Amino acid sequence: MSPASSKETSDRQSIALAINGSGGAGAITAGGMLLKAAARAGLYGLFTRSVGPQIRGGEAAAILRLARMPVDAAADRCDLQIAIDWMNADRFAGELNLGPDSLVVADSDADEAPRVIVDSGARIVTLPIAALAKSIKGGRPNMVALGIAAAVIGLPREALDAEIETTLAGKGVGAITASKAALAAGIDAASEIASAVQLAPAGPAGDKRWIISGNEAAGMGAIRGGVRFVAAYPITPATEILEWMAPALVKAGGSLVQAEDELASINMIIGASYGGVPSLTATSGPGLALMLESLGLAVASEVPIVVVDVMRGGPSTGIPTKSEQSDLNMALHGCHGDAPHIVLAPTSVADCLFTTQWAVHLAEAMQAPAIVLSDQFLGQAKAVIDRPADLAFIANRKIETAPEVGYRRYALTADGVSPMTVPGTPGGQYTADGLEHNPRGTPSTAAGDHSSQLDKRSDKLTGFDYGQHWADIEGEGPLAVITWGSSTGPAREAIGKAREDGLAVKLIALRLLAPSRPEEFAAALEGVERMLVVEQTHSGQFLRHLRAEYGLPRDAAHLCRPGPLNFRAQEILSAIRELQ
Amino acid sequence: MTMDATPMSEALTPRDYKSDIKPVWCPGCGDYSVLGSITTALAELQLQPENVAVVSGIGCSSRIPAYANCYGFHGVHGRSLALGTGLKVARPDLTVLVASGDGDGFSIGGNHFLHACRRNIDLTYIVMDNRVYGMTKGQPSPTTEPDWAESALAPSGTGLRPFHPLVIALASGASFVARAFSGDLLGTAALIAEAIRHEGFSFVEILSPCVTFRPDEREWRNQVHLASVEPTDDPARAARRIMTDDGFNTGVLFSGERPAYSAATSDGPSVDAAYFEKEFEV
Repeated sequence: MSPASSKETSDRQSIALAINGSGGAGAITAGGMLLKAAARAGLYGLFTRSVGPQIRGGEAAAILRLARMPVDAAADRCDLQIAIDWMNADRFAGELNLGPDSLVVADSDADEAPRVIVDSGARIVTLPIAALAKSIKGGRPNMVALGIAAAVIGLPREALDAEIETTLAGKGVGAITASKAALAAGIDAASEIASAVQLAPAGPAGDKRWIISGNEAAGMGAIRGGVRFVAAYPITPATEILEWMAPALVKAGGSLVQAEDELASINMIIGASYGGVPSLTATSGPGLALMLESLGLAVASEVPIVVVDVMRGGPSTGIPTKSEQSDLNMALHGCHGDAPHIVLAPTSVADCLFTTQWAVHLAEAMQAPAIVLSDQFLGQAKAVIDRPADLAFIANRKIETAPEVGYRRYALTADGVSPMTVPGTPGGQYTADGLEHNPRGTPSTAAGDHSSQLDKRSDKLTGFDYGQHWADIEGEGPLAVITWGSSTGPAREAIGKAREDGLAVKLIALRLLAPSRPEEFAAALEGVERMLVVEQTHSGQFLRHLRAEYGLPRDAAHLCRPGPLNFRAQEILSAIRELQ
Repeated sequence: MTMDATPMSEALTPRDYKSDIKPVWCPGCGDYSVLGSITTALAELQLQPENVAVVSGIGCSSRIPAYANCYGFHGVHGRSLALGTGLKVARPDLTVLVASGDGDGFSIGGNHFLHACRRNIDLTYIVMDNRVYGMTKGQPSPTTEPDWAESALAPSGTGLRPFHPLVIALASGASFVARAFSGDLLGTAALIAEAIRHEGFSFVEILSPCVTFRPDEREWRNQVHLASVEPTDDPARAARRIMTDDGFNTGVLFSGERPAYSAATSDGPSVDAAYFEKEFEV
């Protein structure tokens, strides 16, 4: 047990809970309503869902963290689990992480709690969840569970009543009345439970807050950045980006094509972008693998595109519904030939918006493909976030509108970026080509053309001014945690806890993975004596990348494990303590 | 195209659509004539070169974009229809021609062929079929006869039934299906012009001999003949005709009316990104 637990008696800064049940029990619905009600009450939060392998139905768990500050990591411990029933509930044990301080509320009429729950040492309390629901006409157990959750953590009833009215607005007065009654029954029943996990009342919510998933945020970032064409093939866990963007693009004056496969989707966006329209596709590892040949085409023909890879466990079909950071090697090195391109990764759910928007900007500015490495955890988690700031990063391609006679599409320029014409421009005709070519675009096997075009395509990326956004750098100290992507959230939380213990630790979370920024990285490491590299892979892809591109000391520590379980702050904190 | 916005300029000729780049093709290749047919068709339609895009994949025939004075894209093997689809959806104002060969279009790109026909997207798909992989020096393609045994890769022939692109196109939903012969430059140009005018996915299969690896195909000029019947809009009749003819029947074999693909559009004016914030606000 962590030494911090002694002070965790009441007025907690954050709380972790789960509502689970069999298919149709409504656990996910209740979890979503709890998140929204908490957000209205001024809290931040993070909501993930865990489901069984069934296509539809089957057991499900809504896993939430509610907090007074933004949260981007799974909790170390689950404070409260409400089991509407015990159907396959042992499946969720690894994700929930119950302990002796945890409280489990189960239905009085249900079977005994599964062995793994009992063995956790959690306090198990039973309440007549199903019976209470049955006593109300139209009452449902998940609303009773919602009431129990609200009462135990101290969320005001009014916030939940308001949420019921919003969520069930389309279902009629009867459904609203029944749900409110079931909620009230749950609150009353739970009043008998002595709880040590009350959440401190939220401070006043300052700026506007959003509830958004990383996948929706990526879509929003794309729209903000100016993307107006998407072609894609459905794949878990990236599909929500497409489902959000399909109607949004139509409203924004763009369009989305559902392609026949990923080979088609990337070529469709290359065609659309060649036509002058900023374009994007979203996929996961298997889809990115199929796209890589054509990603090289975008490199060679200098057509800007953005490919969002929402990573899942691999290799092959792997674990489609769970997170991993193991597409890094493929994203960096998967292309044949020397094919410089941009690789970026968001560091939080909210940052999926910033990073995707930045990717659009960078791709368009440098006429090169950009890969955004999100992952299942970031993509499918819903978070309460501060409204992301408006950014100046929009598609701004160097366009030649009045080409001179003898227009040279791939002219060698100081920054490596050549003004491009778009079809329809008289006198600007050229053939974009995956064949090596001369400045005019004519295929060429000449050594001089090959080396000068390779230089051009490389220089335009390495010479670009990425500013401060290449990494999130926070704090100062002789110790540093170096990480990327969804490992950043738990690392940031661990560093916060380390500071409470008097350890000065710096966070360096890389957002720009390619091209490398050796000078900036060296500057960030000034004064750092020991470092810990954190990544969610089996083979240490990130550490190998850092060693190849940057001068890491031999004694750099490494916390590295594959999915499907996400890092927790406690795990990283332990590794930080070992650095000393 | 509006002619009254600019002073009457001289009419465009086929030469105006040719670039100054010398083709890599062998002397006697049928693809020279196909290039001539394309430029003749574009001149007949008086399309401005900058408003036309020629998109291709990989292979001898796919070198064609650079030889035309239009916008061009020489992409990767087999994906030209996908690239052309993206371009046409994003830029419906352009005339998009997709050029391919029997290997590029029917083997590695076969899946895109089916789905482009299904979508009935308004572009013209020109496949120069020479029943051999020429660029890689003479291997059997999907349309090669099963007993063609001149390739080191299949010394006894493939023994495989040839792919039948016209009937596949018809079954998959293409709304214009024609067969042409490269040796008939003007006849092929007329078919391409008609294909471009047709609204929807227009498929023109051009028998284009490879005199280097399939010298036997020089005989094609004696075998081809104009279709003796009028084009039909009845797919069943067209299918029967295509399935039972001798493979050298040229002309428009099917021309149907089916709405061309169009991306969903909004009724109102386009909104900016701020519009979408409402759905996320707490």
